Amino acid sequence: MTESSERRVVSVIVVNEASVLSRITNLFSGRGYNITSLTVAPVPDSKYSRLTIVTSGSVRVIEQITKQLHKLIPVLRVYEHTDIVEKEMALVKFPISENITDIDTLCQAYNGKIVNVGENVIITMIADEPARVENFLKAIKRYNPKEIVRGGAVALER
Amino acid sequence: MQMSGAQMVIEAFIAEGVDTVFGYPGGAIMNVYDEIYKQDGFKHILNRHEQASIHAAEGYAKVSGKVGVAMITSGPGFTNAVTGLADAYMDSVPLVVVSGQVPMSLIGTDGFQEIDAIGISRPCTKHNYLVTDAADLPRVLKEAFYIARSGRPGPVHVDIPKDVTAQIAEFNYDIEIELETYKPHVKGNPRQIKKAMDAIAKAKRPLFYLGGGIINSNAADEVRDFVHKTGIPAVETFMARGVLSFDDSLLIGMLGMHGSYASNMAMSETDLVIGLGARFDDRVTGKLSEFAKNADVIHVDIDPASISKLVNADYPIVGDLKNVVTEMLLQIDKVDSDNYESWRETISNFAELHPLTYHEDTDRLKPQWVIERVGELLGDDANISTDVGQHQMWSAQFYPFSRPRQFISSGGLGTMGFGFPAAIGVKAADPKRTSINFTGDGSILMNVQELMTAVEKKIPVINIILNNNFLGMVRQWQTLFYDKRHSETDLSVQPDFVKLSEAFGGIGYRVKTKEEFDAALKDAVEKNVVAFIEVIVERMENVMPMVPSGGSLFNMMLLEKKETK
Repeated sequence: MTESSERRVVSVIVVNEASVLSRITNLFSGRGYNITSLTVAPVPDSKYSRLTIVTSGSVRVIEQITKQLHKLIPVLRVYEHTDIVEKEMALVKFPISENITDIDTLCQAYNGKIVNVGENVIITMIADEPARVENFLKAIKRYNPKEIVRGGAVALER
Repeated sequence: MQMSGAQMVIEAFIAEGVDTVFGYPGGAIMNVYDEIYKQDGFKHILNRHEQASIHAAEGYAKVSGKVGVAMITSGPGFTNAVTGLADAYMDSVPLVVVSGQVPMSLIGTDGFQEIDAIGISRPCTKHNYLVTDAADLPRVLKEAFYIARSGRPGPVHVDIPKDVTAQIAEFNYDIEIELETYKPHVKGNPRQIKKAMDAIAKAKRPLFYLGGGIINSNAADEVRDFVHKTGIPAVETFMARGVLSFDDSLLIGMLGMHGSYASNMAMSETDLVIGLGARFDDRVTGKLSEFAKNADVIHVDIDPASISKLVNADYPIVGDLKNVVTEMLLQIDKVDSDNYESWRETISNFAELHPLTYHEDTDRLKPQWVIERVGELLGDDANISTDVGQHQMWSAQFYPFSRPRQFISSGGLGTMGFGFPAAIGVKAADPKRTSINFTGDGSILMNVQELMTAVEKKIPVINIILNNNFLGMVRQWQTLFYDKRHSETDLSVQPDFVKLSEAFGGIGYRVKTKEEFDAALKDAVEKNVVAFIEVIVERMENVMPMVPSGGSLFNMMLLEKKETK
């Protein structure tokens, strides 16, 4: 099939029990679906966890993903988002020799700041839309980042 | 009441009305087997391989509609059972399979006979559990039976570490199941049902596409009613054989790769597919883009994920078929059976042009004749299991099935070795009927050790081995698509099947003529013991007609025209 593939964010509310995460990831690998990023954390004051999965596929594939997820016994709800606020966090480590003012300014432009300065390294964080996180990571290339950690997207329906 | 985890398993089975458990003991499950020894609430059938235990439980479940139960040990006991679990998952068979596991303290240490069982069974079960506390067992077992039989049925696997089966805890089975996250949709949406009925009333060439879900939801009576009252012709999937009786004038036949010409042409010409509990499997649709090209699709299924998975449904209805069809029947007045007269005629012309048949043009017996003959002699009195291959397709094509749950076969997974143990399960559940297993000289050897099970427990299954000295179906594809290079499919070197059966304490016949076959079958039925009837059949016979893999349903390879049999 030559249907076009698009990026989608799917949130899944699951019972917080042993091996529930592997049920989800097994489903994706077993049926050949993509996972771009995946975040999990407990939903406060409940027995549930919330997963935010960034995936891609044709309309038919995305529909199958939501249906197949819903078929899993511990899955309470599946949201296939359209109108959402989406954020992703990233931590970046720079050598202390780089221009700290430039780095700080850049981070601020992307909702972030310097969070740690040590003997050898500067550590910064930002939190922004995933596409802007990409831009940030391009922009900082010339400051020789030593390590980059992306947190994966989280999302809420408007 | 306080009791051990092992006792809980027994008590739960009894509370669920289990009368037969298929299984094989071993180290990690010994505590439970000790309790099996002490109880008389159900009988245990010792298969000679764990795969066979699962298939036997499947046969039991498919013929009775009840949940099949099997019990196995950890490690190799479990891995042997995986094929059975996968088979049950593909064919939506309700099973509860309990396996032993190494003690909790050894989990993760690569202990003796340790394997991550729930990790392996996850993609081939409807759900699974690792029980880490005996106090959870009553709830887990109750949920397991409920999940197995409700919604779209399927196998549920419960893995219990050995120390948990020894642990003492409170047993109370009289509990409500609280599964907030699992609530199968039973009732169909009334608006969608109305729209679907309006579409049927308007259609000129509607066609019922009947699937195995009808059998799972015990809706065959309602579906028969629906078909007869509308006068709309019907095709059946392999899994739906017996939903309509073979002699029903509205039944065109089976569709798909080895479906009849008329069925496949009807599907290609219809303007409205009424899909009931079928899943548009690739063996049914052939080339998807050409499948029912000019038709709208009504699709009723309990599993939302089956709807619009492969073929877009214009009228999707999620619900239990029995429920939905009953609702549809209330609006049956909309539909005028006379409207489809010319459509029915078109279809009978297809059937006349290329009827489903075969030629008796060689000295050797034709396998199709054998199946038809068993149908003539036993008909409704027999339950029919099969293995996988040519004989399986011929059974689906030529046996006169007259009721649902009469045909027990491995459809989705296509598991060779399924037939014999399944037939044992069938006979255990329905002892009054003759249990026939049509098998091939390839398939029978894949679970031939079940001779011992059947002989020991006096479960008189009659295996009819259609012996063409080939792995026939693969040989057929090699003949047709691999320029006759019969790679590793020539099974000329074989055991003496008669002696093989006798060695286990069964009886055996080798037959080459019609008279010999009739005599052997009659004798086997009368003697009522485990039997092999080896029938020497034409070696190069092909299953026809055939839609080559990936081809369109209307482009069938057809039986050469000769003066018919």
